[in-house]
Amino acid sequence: MSTYTQKKGFGATLWDYLTTVDHKKIAILYLIAGGIFFVLGGLEAMFIRIQLAVPNNDFVSAGLYNEILTMHGTTMIFLAAMPLVFAFMNAVVPLQIGARDVAFPFLNSLGFWLFFFGGVFLNLSWFLGGAPDAGWTSYASLSLASEGHGIDFYTLGLQISGAGTLIGGINFLVTIINMRTPGMTYMRMPLFTWSSFVVSALILFAFPPLTVGLFLMIFDRLFGANFFDVANGGNTIIWEHLFWIFGHPEVYILILPAFGIFSEIFATFSRKRLFGYSSMVFATVLIGFLGFMVWAHHMFTTGLGPIANAIFAVATMAIAVPTGIKIFNWLFTMWGGSISFTTPMLYAIAFIPSFVAGGVTGIMNAAASADYQFHDSYFVVAHFHYVIVGGVVLGLLAGTHFYWPKMFGTMLNEFLGKITFWLFLIGFHLTFFIQHFLGLMGMPRRIFTFLPGQGLETGNMISTVGAFFMAVAVVILLINVVITQVKNVQVGNDPWGDGRTLEWAIPSPPPFYNFKQLPLVRGLDAYWLEKMEGKKGMTPAEPIGDIHMPNSSFIPFMISFGLFVAAFGAMYRVDYSWGLPVLVIGMLITILSMAVRSVKDDHGFHIHKEDLMNDDDKGGKA
Amino acid sequence: MAAEEKMTLETWPASPEKQTLEGKNKFLGFWLFLGGETVLFASLFATYLALKDKVPSAEHALAKDLFELPLVFVATMLLLTSSLTSVYAMYHMKNFNFKKMQLWLGITVLLGLAFLLLEIYEFNHYVHEFGHTFTSSAFGSAFYTLVGFHGGHVAFGLLWITTLMIRNSKRGLNLYNAPKFYVASLYWHFIDVVWVFIFTVVYLMGMVG
Repeated sequence: MSTYTQKKGFGATLWDYLTTVDHKKIAILYLIAGGIFFVLGGLEAMFIRIQLAVPNNDFVSAGLYNEILTMHGTTMIFLAAMPLVFAFMNAVVPLQIGARDVAFPFLNSLGFWLFFFGGVFLNLSWFLGGAPDAGWTSYASLSLASEGHGIDFYTLGLQISGAGTLIGGINFLVTIINMRTPGMTYMRMPLFTWSSFVVSALILFAFPPLTVGLFLMIFDRLFGANFFDVANGGNTIIWEHLFWIFGHPEVYILILPAFGIFSEIFATFSRKRLFGYSSMVFATVLIGFLGFMVWAHHMFTTGLGPIANAIFAVATMAIAVPTGIKIFNWLFTMWGGSISFTTPMLYAIAFIPSFVAGGVTGIMNAAASADYQFHDSYFVVAHFHYVIVGGVVLGLLAGTHFYWPKMFGTMLNEFLGKITFWLFLIGFHLTFFIQHFLGLMGMPRRIFTFLPGQGLETGNMISTVGAFFMAVAVVILLINVVITQVKNVQVGNDPWGDGRTLEWAIPSPPPFYNFKQLPLVRGLDAYWLEKMEGKKGMTPAEPIGDIHMPNSSFIPFMISFGLFVAAFGAMYRVDYSWGLPVLVIGMLITILSMAVRSVKDDHGFHIHKEDLMNDDDKGGKA
Repeated sequence: MAAEEKMTLETWPASPEKQTLEGKNKFLGFWLFLGGETVLFASLFATYLALKDKVPSAEHALAKDLFELPLVFVATMLLLTSSLTSVYAMYHMKNFNFKKMQLWLGITVLLGLAFLLLEIYEFNHYVHEFGHTFTSSAFGSAFYTLVGFHGGHVAFGLLWITTLMIRNSKRGLNLYNAPKFYVASLYWHFIDVVWVFIFTVVYLMGMVG
């Protein structure tokens, strides 16, 4: 083992991460990249709130405001929330099911680099003539009228990163179906694995419509097609449908993993089995299923007619039932439990009322006739920030504190963690609660300023003050991360002391092969069961033998880089003669890299039994 | 059983594509990928149906003016037959008969290539005889995008199967490349299924207006 843990220089470490196919390192890459984009999106949010702090403000111009607003939404959804979800899926799911890696380690790396280059491409728009400015939904009538290349950065960038997400989704589906350790039946899988499973299925079926929508937009803007050009027979509503057929499942893609993380946290820190496990699984699957039937509730005012609106309204309200099941199960998990108020648990407890508030306004929006009043007002802004920040972001922050020791082998400081929690929670409600009333008072969404004397001043000022609370909270979290990593106090297998699932049975961070011997799972909360019977660890399901591991590869980076180059070519082809050759060169880089991957055999390597035998002191025992 | 081990007819298993864990993963992962592809084509079909015959002026050609069934019939027969020959190839793969597998894959590629050439001729015909281009109308954009995405899949499939045939020509079958051949044939069948829908929705429905 000593050979694997030698101190490495910066260059070697960098090369290691550029070529890694290890799910734990890819998780760290997702966490860092997603974290950086989260800070970027947060800065954009701060600029929005500063601009709207007082009436008639001129902190930014109207055009720049549109760009900031668009990039805030796009960055937060596609480049911050999605990759952070993938960070935890990568870090935790293979460990929870007792696997040594994901089903397709190479594709796992490819998925990350596609996301990364897509995100970088999108954000380069700031320096190359202006960012997209048609909102994160990029409705066709606005997009086609948008000058410059902002929208092209949006379509091409999201196309590249979307391909990465789709690959990730397929990977986790196969991993969870094929790679579970002996005894890990479907109904013994931890809830986070279950929600990752359902989310992966949603990704598989939700992302292709976005791919098509983005292609149509690319063809219209860059290749002279007429999909959305009414004068030539086109129809702008097609974009709205394709976007929301993707976009609605997308919000469940974000929230379900957060539900999964909270389910783990509630059970762990109530020291109780999750209440109603089977109904939780059922509710998760049902939410995933219904999530595909409700997209037109984003389009009530488009004019689909009363029948369509009524059907989609009822379907939308139906989702409240499985969500309600979950809320009650979490409450009953805490009921009678021996609760410890750690930082992750605080987030989990605060999540319940915050998310329920967002759910209630969701039902209000689902009433189609009432939605005609709410539509495009700050009421809608308040609603979706309550579910996304109150649900997804609280979940990701809770997950960061909860899984940090498993990912890095160190504990984030609990005192600083609690300060972050309280500042963030207070700031969140301060910012968004008042926006319900701003909306009901008539403040439209996506405006860059407002006039004095209309009763909007106080509400907007309160909202801006709240945003600063959240910003300070995030800064304290970053300080906490730095302090923790500098101190570098290593922790053991089960640092929370109450871990229930397989990941807590192995060292923090786990050895690169995860399990020296695959563990035998005898029931739900496999590790907890063994602990309750007084055992130190899991019973192995196999004798010690050679372990087959995948080889590292630089090819995923090159495939993604080729598409990044090609995207520039496709975009500048309409302005400059060098565009077409660049497009061709980029595609060649990608296709040749794929060809190398096809032609060169990759059998991986084996860790030999003898090396594992001498490895007892390092842990990694099943 | 190691994937790169030398195999004989006796040791060759009944389902070589699912013998190793890597093979099982590829098999399942590819089926799931085809699920995603189905949604992709469904979105393209929906777009086509929404924009069918949506043209800027009365002079522009419509679906009923464009299509000729004899040409489309020949193309359909070529592609359907190529699906059958790829089944023969997989039959020989399962029986560890590498030479015959290569032969039938070769025939599959030739049939696919003929289909692709016919499609190029067809597009060329529409552009020059009818002025029906990618940019002439929303109908044109939707038609060439749907049928062209399928054509692009055919071209990629040809490239893929040919690469597999050349790469493995000297070493024969083993448990490492059997899943690769199998998955490529799955892809080829999927292309065929999509074409059946294009034939119905675009061409037959186009003829009856």
